[in-house]
Amino acid sequence: MSRLLIMLVVSVSLLSSAAIWAEAERITFKNAQSEENYTALVNELRCLVCQNQTIADSDADLAKDLRAKVYNMVEAGQSQTEVIDYMTARYGDFVLYRPAFKMKTLLLWLGPIVFLLLAIFFVIRWVRAQSSSAPVAMLSDDQRDSVRELLNKTQ
Amino acid sequence: MIPEIGHFALVLALVVAVVQSIFPMIGAATNNAQWIAMAKPTARAQFVLLTVSFACLMAAFLESDFSVLYVANNSNTFMPTIYKVSAVWGAHEGSLLLWVLILSVWAWLVSVFSKGISAVMLARVLSVMGMIGVGFLLFTLLTSNPFERQFPIPLQGRTLNPLLQDPGLAIHPPMLYMGYVGFSVAFAFAIAAMLGGKLDAAWARWARPWTNVAWVFLTIGIALGSWWAYYELGWGGWWFWDPVENASLMPWLVGTALIHSLAVAEKRAAFKSWTILLAIFAFSLSLLGTFLVRSGVLTSVHAFASDPERGLFILIFLVLVVGSSLILYAIRAPKIRSTGTFTVISREMGLLINNVALIAMTATVLLGTLYPLFIDALGLGKISVGPPYFNTIALPLGLVLFSAMGFGLFLRWKKDTKERVFAKVRWVLLFALLIGFLVPILFMEFFDWKAALGVALASWVSLTALLWVQEQGRSPFKLPLSVWGAAIAHIGMAVTVAGISLTSAYSTEKDVRLEQGQEYQMSGYSFLFNGVKEAKGPNYIAQRGEVVITRDGQEVATLYPEKRNYGPGTMPMTEAGIDGGFFRDLFIALGEPLGKDAWSVRLYHKPVVNWIWIGSALMGLGGLLAAFDKRYRRVRRRITESKVVEQSDTDVKGNEVTA
Amino acid sequence: MKKSALIPLGIFAVLVVFLAIGLGLKPREVPSPFIGKPVPQFSLPKLMAEGKMVSPDDLKGQVWMLNVFASWCVSCRAEHDVLTRLIRSEKLPVLGLNYKDESKDAKEWLAELGNPYQHIAVDLEGQVGIDLGVYGVPETFVIDKKGIIRHKATGPVFDATVRDDLLPLILKLREEKG
Repeated sequence: MSRLLIMLVVSVSLLSSAAIWAEAERITFKNAQSEENYTALVNELRCLVCQNQTIADSDADLAKDLRAKVYNMVEAGQSQTEVIDYMTARYGDFVLYRPAFKMKTLLLWLGPIVFLLLAIFFVIRWVRAQSSSAPVAMLSDDQRDSVRELLNKTQ
Repeated sequence: MIPEIGHFALVLALVVAVVQSIFPMIGAATNNAQWIAMAKPTARAQFVLLTVSFACLMAAFLESDFSVLYVANNSNTFMPTIYKVSAVWGAHEGSLLLWVLILSVWAWLVSVFSKGISAVMLARVLSVMGMIGVGFLLFTLLTSNPFERQFPIPLQGRTLNPLLQDPGLAIHPPMLYMGYVGFSVAFAFAIAAMLGGKLDAAWARWARPWTNVAWVFLTIGIALGSWWAYYELGWGGWWFWDPVENASLMPWLVGTALIHSLAVAEKRAAFKSWTILLAIFAFSLSLLGTFLVRSGVLTSVHAFASDPERGLFILIFLVLVVGSSLILYAIRAPKIRSTGTFTVISREMGLLINNVALIAMTATVLLGTLYPLFIDALGLGKISVGPPYFNTIALPLGLVLFSAMGFGLFLRWKKDTKERVFAKVRWVLLFALLIGFLVPILFMEFFDWKAALGVALASWVSLTALLWVQEQGRSPFKLPLSVWGAAIAHIGMAVTVAGISLTSAYSTEKDVRLEQGQEYQMSGYSFLFNGVKEAKGPNYIAQRGEVVITRDGQEVATLYPEKRNYGPGTMPMTEAGIDGGFFRDLFIALGEPLGKDAWSVRLYHKPVVNWIWIGSALMGLGGLLAAFDKRYRRVRRRITESKVVEQSDTDVKGNEVTA
Repeated sequence: MKKSALIPLGIFAVLVVFLAIGLGLKPREVPSPFIGKPVPQFSLPKLMAEGKMVSPDDLKGQVWMLNVFASWCVSCRAEHDVLTRLIRSEKLPVLGLNYKDESKDAKEWLAELGNPYQHIAVDLEGQVGIDLGVYGVPETFVIDKKGIIRHKATGPVFDATVRDDLLPLILKLREEKG
């Protein structure tokens, strides 16, 4: 009987302290997906007032309003795409820190990787061309060691 | 009186710079020994004059002379003395004076530590630096004079932006400028080498230590800026890919490519024309950065002055400097012949991959930073390019770079075989992958593949660096500084990347509402909020909170996050309370009062975040060690060589004469 | 001269052209995605008439402006005279959107400065502001007879703005069929 009582007391106090901690959090989410969506969106939308911060970081009034709007939409089960469409319909592409993949951003998104691949291709081609002119003999490991010894002596 | 002296010194410096630009250059072309000899004294005179000018401006700040407009706009009598000093370079006009002063410092240093360089070459180098000085001095005197007076004299000045009233931010600009401006030395050497027609290994050897030291300063400057943003801005963030941050990163990336390329140019007589181009790019990007920050062309929190008129001046200067150097390059390029050949599997190839990856990163950062401008200029609307873009592209490029970093150390010059290299590194590779896989699993709450990749790459680079040192075959203490420098710098980069990967994946943030006496648990720590009291500083009033942190009942730290108000016309500042540690930072920022003694408080747990800056410090140390390697200081014995070089310098037709 | 050696120069030249154009642009201004699109629908309580509602449909068939203002906004105070003069001289119907403001404060403000608006809608929470893409106060939209937004001015309306942008547009739109 007393063990049961102790267990009851312990579990009640654990539950209530968890409740205190949960209460402290300023924003609580229905589920993990909702929280994930909110965090992702709020860190990728640009604040139009303090134009060099995300709405997550900005203290501006509009940022607060937009965070609240994102929260409501996300808790209502809307997807990240739907929230992004909502925001761009009202503020244009400027509000997205992750540029949308469109015709006009093709160069932006594909440019770097294309550049890298082309560069590596041309480099390898050039290196092969200039090295094929003179075949090179390599030193053996023993020869290297004796060279190293000689150099060490003259230091 | 003092501001007038400062102003006069500045004007004299311009006159001297004009002389420094013209006479030694013509002297070098016509072999006029007297005119060639004018290079060193003019460089030294400029240094003295600009020091005087800068000292006068500083005196005006220390005396709170509000008749000087710049002082009145950026200082007041209540400011602590250290910030009166840093206010000298805290805004546009003063920072330009710092820029030209540092240019004169570098030129003076080159004039002093140049015993092995032929007089003709030195004359050209100092002349080019003089020309850059002329441009900046004209810009300062014509559009941004820090000594401008005002009447009537106000009784009190305004204030330095509270964000800048911080020791970290006081030292950040001088470090950055030492880096940006330091690349002008490599640039000047490249131009001088092209003009002289002698593009052998000598110019690369002379330019290397200067470039390494400039790179070290830039590394430290960028790291300081990032660290400052972290502890001062109150959001736990340390890099935002803001246009001005990118403006400092681009010369750094190209500078890193340059120091590696110079190694090849010096040792193997390969990459010659590419190295010249890199030297031009590095400094051009420094100038481009100056343009972006001061012209108002891009929105940024950092931007100094949004003044299109000033922007036009800098743009014209940029066109003249970069345009003329690229034209010179186009003319000279056919005559630059690299004699060193190599195969696909070789150290040269490894360094070439290094260069390609770094240039690809630079091109990406440039593209992303300027893309909104391109779209707007083409009338296609306004878009934003922010961290999600840069972070996405940085990953694959970083992968390429880091993979090359490990192999590169083991590859032999000229020709090597895959089998031999793999035999050396296969255990390290395996080990690194294992560490990358295990660290998140063993030490963190969940597995994140990006963090695992970052840790694996970091382990790969550091272990290969250590293996390479061991492989040299001698006692570590007998190894030349350049070997140590390279190893430590590579390890530093690895530590930084490990820090970035882990902290990005595993940081925890909680935004909570706490009442006095309320406790909150996060990441195994307990945070007890003891309310907020008012506190006064020398020029601010603060709301000061107290938070006691405990872990398993043991007290860990008591932190005092503040919200400061510096007076009318300023934004409230957050001073975070930070308990710093090698393995984690605990970071607390006050939000706002929520009524009934409750405040909103942001709590952060940031694992290994300090590795980012520890790694940067290691990179700086590595670079410094490499720059002071004995062989750069052995020039005193090369007097006979310089005579040979001097004689062959008279052949200006561009025929290559190797020393 | 090797042709490939001119490539860096070429790229640089293109870059400079863009930078030069950039000096004349305004990077902080965000254009409205609503230009050429119908004004978003809303129905808000009127400030000056208790219990009554107002919506953009009430102004269909005319050329009108929507002006976002608030009593706490300093720039709105600065533009008030210019706006009033334009409204009076052109007999221009303007719907004022009272954005995130206490009605009591708004009424006092209008009593002090004068009320040039034909209708005033109360947007207490700022939701309609968001629906219109408002990011700063004041902002002014010019809407044609069919209810299509044709122009947006961010920031206070100055005499120059009226003379160069708003007035010519309003006169042109009045010529159009409804």
